[in-house]
Amino acid sequence: MAEAITIDHLNFHYPDADHPTLKDISLTVHQGEWVAIIGHNGSGKSTLAKNINGLLAPDSGTVVVGGLTLAEDTVWDIRAKVGIVFQNPDNQFVGATVADDVAFGLENRGVPRPEMLVRVRDALEAVGMSEFATREPARLSGGQKQRVAIAGIVAQRPDIIILDEATSMLDPAGRAEIVALIQKLRADTDLTVLSITHDIDEAAKANRVILLNDGEIREAGTPDEIFAYGPELIKLGLDVPYPEKLKAALAARGVKVPATYLSEEGLVDYLWTLHSTM
Amino acid sequence: MDITFDHVSYTYQAGTPFSGLGLKDISTTIKGGAYTAIIGHTGSGKSTLLQHLNALIKPTSGTVTIGDFTITSETSNKNLRPLRQKVGMVFQFAENQLFEQTVAQDIAFGPKNFGVPEKDALALAAKMMPLVGLPEALLERSPFDLSGGQMRRVAIAGVLAMQPEVLVLDEPTAGLDPAGRQEMMQMFNRLHQESGLTIVLVTHQMDDVADYADNVLVMQNGELVRQGTPAEVFADPDWLRQHSLGLPKTAVMAEKLAAKGFQFDPLPLTAGALADQLLPQIGGDARE
Repeated sequence: MAEAITIDHLNFHYPDADHPTLKDISLTVHQGEWVAIIGHNGSGKSTLAKNINGLLAPDSGTVVVGGLTLAEDTVWDIRAKVGIVFQNPDNQFVGATVADDVAFGLENRGVPRPEMLVRVRDALEAVGMSEFATREPARLSGGQKQRVAIAGIVAQRPDIIILDEATSMLDPAGRAEIVALIQKLRADTDLTVLSITHDIDEAAKANRVILLNDGEIREAGTPDEIFAYGPELIKLGLDVPYPEKLKAALAARGVKVPATYLSEEGLVDYLWTLHSTM
Repeated sequence: MDITFDHVSYTYQAGTPFSGLGLKDISTTIKGGAYTAIIGHTGSGKSTLLQHLNALIKPTSGTVTIGDFTITSETSNKNLRPLRQKVGMVFQFAENQLFEQTVAQDIAFGPKNFGVPEKDALALAAKMMPLVGLPEALLERSPFDLSGGQMRRVAIAGVLAMQPEVLVLDEPTAGLDPAGRQEMMQMFNRLHQESGLTIVLVTHQMDDVADYADNVLVMQNGELVRQGTPAEVFADPDWLRQHSLGLPKTAVMAEKLAAKGFQFDPLPLTAGALADQLLPQIGGDARE
């Protein structure tokens, strides 16, 4: 599998800060992979994202994106490969209509108009917002706004999309909408997804989870491996997935539960075997 | 202090081509001392309803009664100041409203506006710090040097310093990490339990509704479509799904277990309640 992002011994601190925000981060993300980055507020998640597309420059260490080493002369090529969707959809709209907004990034890159029209149309179709092309972005729901923001990035055909808490301001329906959209985009293309999230149930859907704590990679592994830490996650400012909470409540009532991480379906099946022994 | 809505309707930009219906014939009572949650998807009228709770906007028709105040379309903005003191509003991302040089000054700003002398307002500010879980050592710091979660607590302290009877919270935990969210929800619950503060919470987090609220109002297209206890509102999962509203995670899990053959009555809303109901349905060998 090709490597989409390789980060090697990266260190970063903000000017005036007395301690570093990122400490010796080494990380590889493969092409087509969905990696979730979790960690408490201030753990360095968003700072890491900004180091990947050159919005911030590390004190030391290297970032390689799609074979290009991040430096002053490659930063624009790298930004063409990496799209970021931020938390608040209202802070990222510039166009008067949905279609104008999706076209904005393409205009900036000097994409010829005929091609631009095709790309805007395709991107809106990919996110299921074609019928909203002439609408005003401000009048959309939160989930629709984030879909338009994602269309603006899809139109630029990046290899990597970074979701920086992109679902945290949405209602439950909006969240489900965006997670389903990302799953569809990944099925249709070879998109690499890096999602920074506090939503543990969203992280559970990723291929791999990276746990940041105070600027360091504390753990990395499959969701099953990470969630098996259970209550340890709560100490790190995080939450545990729902099945772990129910397991804890059952254990407190004297029910034997497996120590390994179980998905909701896994726990339902396990409990059913107990029910059947009655 | 009860807040009563009697046939309240509100039209945005009334009398212009841009007019739109914000609220439609709302009648309900938010009881003094209760913990009320308002749910509904984006654009359902939750925020419009909130702004009626301290007359930031006034009904186009109908009456809102807030304690001794009666608000109609005719009510003048004069003399509403005591009402604004009684009903404290914490807006989304409240930390964006901080502006003073020090944390103490920022918290004291509200009470000073309501006529409290500077010295007393600053003393009040110091008193608010432990209530919101901040060390007093931060009082002389600039609010802008604090973390996001701490800044939000300063903003909430500023609202509490006006000693309101009702605290209105519009998605107060948005953007906080899970531990920060839990701490903040527990803080509101403590204020509710210990000081008898009336709480009105707008949220998308159905688990918070299940864990804390006594009463739930469900908004849809500007209408109040359901109200009741969490148990009553969540008792109809299909209806909630049709209205694009979520369920507490426990209720979702209970449905999956019910599909296998487990039985629940009533539908459990918290992990503890679910475990209690599972216990008698699980074979004896499984117990330790």
